Amino acid sequence: MRNGFRWLSVYVGAYLMFLYAPVLLLPIFAFNDSSVVAFPLQGFTFDWFRLLIDTEPLHAATRNSLMVASVSAILSTALGLCAARAATRHSFIGKRGIMGLIMVPLVLPEIIVGVSLLVVILQAGFNLNLWSIVLGHVLICTPFCTVILSTAFANLDRSLEEAAFDLGETKPATFRLVILPLIMPGIIASMLLAFTISLDEFIIAFFLSGTETTLPVYIWSQLRFPARLPSVMALGTILLFISLALLVTAEYLRRRGPGRSGTADSGGIL
Amino acid sequence: MTGATGTVRNRLRRPLSPGLSLVSPPFLYAVLLLAFPLAAVLAISFWTQDYLDLDRTFTLANYREAWTQPVYRVLMLRSLAVSGTVTVCTVLLAFPIAYFVSFHVPQRRKPLWIFLITIPFWTSYLMRIFLWKVILGYNGVINGTLTRLGIIEEPLSFILYNVNAVVITLSHAWAPFAILPIFVALERIDRPLLEAAADLGEGPLHRFLRVTLPLALPGVLGAAIIVFIPTVGDYVTPRLVGGPNGLLIANMIELQFKKANNPPLGAALAVSSMLIVAALSLIFVRLNRRHLRNRS
Repeated sequence: MRNGFRWLSVYVGAYLMFLYAPVLLLPIFAFNDSSVVAFPLQGFTFDWFRLLIDTEPLHAATRNSLMVASVSAILSTALGLCAARAATRHSFIGKRGIMGLIMVPLVLPEIIVGVSLLVVILQAGFNLNLWSIVLGHVLICTPFCTVILSTAFANLDRSLEEAAFDLGETKPATFRLVILPLIMPGIIASMLLAFTISLDEFIIAFFLSGTETTLPVYIWSQLRFPARLPSVMALGTILLFISLALLVTAEYLRRRGPGRSGTADSGGIL
Repeated sequence: MTGATGTVRNRLRRPLSPGLSLVSPPFLYAVLLLAFPLAAVLAISFWTQDYLDLDRTFTLANYREAWTQPVYRVLMLRSLAVSGTVTVCTVLLAFPIAYFVSFHVPQRRKPLWIFLITIPFWTSYLMRIFLWKVILGYNGVINGTLTRLGIIEEPLSFILYNVNAVVITLSHAWAPFAILPIFVALERIDRPLLEAAADLGEGPLHRFLRVTLPLALPGVLGAAIIVFIPTVGDYVTPRLVGGPNGLLIANMIELQFKKANNPPLGAALAVSSMLIVAALSLIFVRLNRRHLRNRS
């Protein structure tokens, strides 16, 4: 048994190396003083980061991405709030079917979502622009928001809202004064997750972007030019640290949620 | 008769139940932007592209072409084979990790370990796939190191721009989606059950095969489905590391919708591949259910 455990530990170490290999290479090549992305390394430089500052299309794509991700995060969290509240507190006709349809994007290949939205938008005679990307992103983010917010609502002690209700508060006031503050960490976690998903999503944005592109679509267009790769690596390094910061914040807030409402932590998404 | 319509009318007049009115915004959104577009793709697959316009007479010609032309059949079969291989590799590689975290990591540290496993996957998806190209490339990490160490003289060519590279890259990209469901299933196993098996004289191997594995099976099969379905539709990986012989059905769907300007054929290919994937997944779930019933 001890011997088996040792082999298992060795395997776990090797597997973690496999998982982390691409991520560790990113900063290495971002600081490598060579226009070729390959070993051996040539020395240390900040040039690739400096190059990013002067690349105007990149700035436009970043602004677009931030806009799309913020709007998608707000809308999908609002929709997720409705779905999660309905799923955890109410029973209604066709609940399984309705919740099932809302969650379908979780198992649907993104290319199918992209293609079907493309067909409808073009047939309806609309132009492709950043809003068409938002429509797709809200669709794929809503299931994730619903899952996170369902955990938040499930952890909420029902007697708290009943007490507020008994003490004469109206329903909207109970929601605003009691429920909302208690699930706020869940709401912020849901917005951060949706923001991260939207910021990184490529296929739907690729299908639905018009003349204005998002950051991943811009990166895709740059991957074709070998000379641009080191600055793409620098960009990737920056994105890596931003998404790590966002995730650590989301996870921290999610853990604080159950503490406030006085119930045990029940896992959540991670 | 009047009584029946009366009740229907009453039911219609009654305000929606609070749950139903609450769920209606996300539900309507999903109907308008998911159900309706999918129905539109289905409809288009029965029409034909007439230069710039769609000819809306019903035809099965797109499906005939999608199912009989060798090029589409090759791509479809290759997609299924790649997804199947990726699924098996990912699940087999992931199981020991989930087992380790569930059985050998102290309770307090488990969230940290799960966090550690998911971190690499919150970096840009495109960048991760592209970095595999750097790792597997002709003067990439593996070939460069092996050449310098004198182990090989020529760069290994079987690991880039072919199906192998697609399998390796996808097995990496979908790892957490396999680890998490298996981990959840293992966590649900009653630890006293394992102690009981040990007390009854089962050795570690038997105990694993006869208690742990069967109880973890739902998680393993869930993981397999979660990996299998989206990998059939993957577009980026074959384009970046697949080379000309590593392209998959999603690339053909994109080609038909964009450059080839034949959305009806693209729609027929998309519908066909979704049907095949759905059918395979259902068969898989059925077999699994029957297997579980036989056991209990």
